[in-house]
Amino acid sequence: MRIRDWATGYLLILPAAAVLAAFTHLPIVRTVRDSLFSRGSAIRPARFVGLDNFEALAADPVFWKVLGNNLAFALGTVPASIALALAMALLVDRKLKGQGVLRLAYFLPTMLPMIAAANLWLFFYTPDIGLLDQILGRFGLPGRNWLGDPATVLPCLMTMTVWKEAGFFMIFYLAALQTQPPELKEAARLEGAGRWVYFRRVLFPMLMPTTMFVLINAVLNAFKLVDHLFVLTKGGPNNASNLLLYYIFEHAFAFNDLPAAAALTAVLLALLAGLAVTQFALLDRRVHYR
Amino acid sequence: MFGRLSKTAAAAAVATLLGAGPASAVELTMYYPVSVGGPLTKVVDGMVAEFEKANPDVKVNAIYAGNYDDTRVKALAAMKAGQPVQLSVLFSIDAYDLIEQDVVVPFDEVAKSADDKAWLQSFYPGLMANGVINGKTWGIPFQRSTIVMYYNKDAFREVGLNPDAPPATWSEMVDAAKKLTKADGSRWGVEIPSTGYAYWMFGALAKQNGELLMSADGTKTFFDKPNVVEALQFWRDLGAKHKVMPEGTVEWGTLRQQFLEGKTAMMWHTTGNLTAVKGSAKFDFGVSVLPGNREPGSPTGGGNFYLFKSASPEERTAALKLVKFMTAPERAAEWSIATGYMGVSPASYETPALRAYAREFPPAAVARDQLKNSVAELSTYQGGRIRKALDDAIQATLTGAKPAKEALAEAQAQADRLLKPYR
Repeated sequence: MRIRDWATGYLLILPAAAVLAAFTHLPIVRTVRDSLFSRGSAIRPARFVGLDNFEALAADPVFWKVLGNNLAFALGTVPASIALALAMALLVDRKLKGQGVLRLAYFLPTMLPMIAAANLWLFFYTPDIGLLDQILGRFGLPGRNWLGDPATVLPCLMTMTVWKEAGFFMIFYLAALQTQPPELKEAARLEGAGRWVYFRRVLFPMLMPTTMFVLINAVLNAFKLVDHLFVLTKGGPNNASNLLLYYIFEHAFAFNDLPAAAALTAVLLALLAGLAVTQFALLDRRVHYR
Repeated sequence: MFGRLSKTAAAAAVATLLGAGPASAVELTMYYPVSVGGPLTKVVDGMVAEFEKANPDVKVNAIYAGNYDDTRVKALAAMKAGQPVQLSVLFSIDAYDLIEQDVVVPFDEVAKSADDKAWLQSFYPGLMANGVINGKTWGIPFQRSTIVMYYNKDAFREVGLNPDAPPATWSEMVDAAKKLTKADGSRWGVEIPSTGYAYWMFGALAKQNGELLMSADGTKTFFDKPNVVEALQFWRDLGAKHKVMPEGTVEWGTLRQQFLEGKTAMMWHTTGNLTAVKGSAKFDFGVSVLPGNREPGSPTGGGNFYLFKSASPEERTAALKLVKFMTAPERAAEWSIATGYMGVSPASYETPALRAYAREFPPAAVARDQLKNSVAELSTYQGGRIRKALDDAIQATLTGAKPAKEALAEAQAQADRLLKPYR
């Protein structure tokens, strides 16, 4: 009987496990394996080189720059998009006229494909003829070369990403807000708690499971988003806006160097796994599940 | 899939029954890129349809596959997956990488008749420079471009410059650009794009300053030569010192729009944009060869036809027929008029269509006139990495992060390291 339970269990997860293994786990193993071989050509076949590809990465100044960019990108987009998402959710959770339209308006950036959104923003940021410079021009301010200046290019990409992501996270907060029991708010009112105290002491802790979920997704997205780079900057100028995933793409398809791309992928995987584990370990204790 | 299979089977059965029909239909698959504006896929489809009509025993699947990098990736991936691909239009500068991967065959192996050999000699030598390596012809020019200067004649008139005498030297260009630049930032004098294809634009500046960027065998680069450094310094100075170009990098993709909206009076861009600019400019514009310094010059650019090793002998013969058809003077003329790309052979400029077009619209012949001073586009082994190293050095200089000399010395050191095994 026990063995049969056990066998049934495995049989039940088999389809999902098979799909995951075929499309996720095997490719990961394959990637790690490929990262240990040299780049082969018809004349010189690939051979085992151990950690050479990783050493080459460590010696590559662009790699460190790209890694730094990506961390800055995560720090710049994750807290901002979560805060904005929460603020928007609180706003549209109330009974307002035109609530549906407002919710849709906030969600609209999320529905646009990234490539389309990036093309829109390309013309916002274009010097002189772009929307941003035209607005600045109204106030007599000079135009800026937004995407052509290493100092402004990454903040420009971050702004666009926050705009794009916040609406998506808002949906989760909105769903969570709508399940909050109204008694809590009434009780807080009776006790004389102000709005801020209620939010700080009651509502925000109740939303922690959602925040946890959103946070993990936001951090992953900060490393996974790459489409906008193709349209906006191609990682330039001088790698000032290059991100890990785009750098992987460059290695695989522009440099035709698959082992180096595999090594970079292994680094990215380790980084993401590490981040996810840390977040679970740090935050799980603080999350209040009902 | 099954529908198609059974249809083919049925057709074969019918053919057998009748004991007639085409002896053996050859099916060709080719991938091609489009990297400029305009509905070019339609033009290619039209030309392919014409070819099929003239050669009923050959069926051609022409697949548009994105930009140059996308197309190379897709064509090679298809080949590795065992799908048929017999020829493709790929970046002319990918030749070394394709040879190293052993996926292409030189045209000399297929084009053996006297007629074919004459055909191999019928193109502009400037356009063959990237395709002839170690004495063999690996690429046949098709969608080939060069950099030219577009300028706004109305703006020239406005500031008292002769609209029919565009600047012919660097110093003339700087002088004109200073007059054309408006102090309030609403118009720049000249813009040279530095994203996307920065190394290409730089090839022009280096040549104008008397230097090539690489050796003819693709194993050496000359990024740190004094004249090359000087050329990059000039590019930097246009923004930083002369204040006639925006500081920082200039985006390739939006520059055409900037020009069309009058925000820059001159721009350096590919001839591949000519027809698109002609279609949307609301002002009188001119096109000229690039200004020179020590000498005039511009690199060629664009895509070549390549024959793939995976093709069978019959397929190679059919593929050669297709390439010959697509690059014949009449088609080259038609293609040039539709896009602004160059007619690839002297004969194409002698066709009535292109002669009439060039008469009525003289800019169409500027690219041809520049060919006598043109050089090959930067193309080496490990091409992707080396172009990136140079692009980064250019962008680092243009954004003021590094002086030209230091940036180019670093790029040269990296190129030396990458190319050492090939020497």
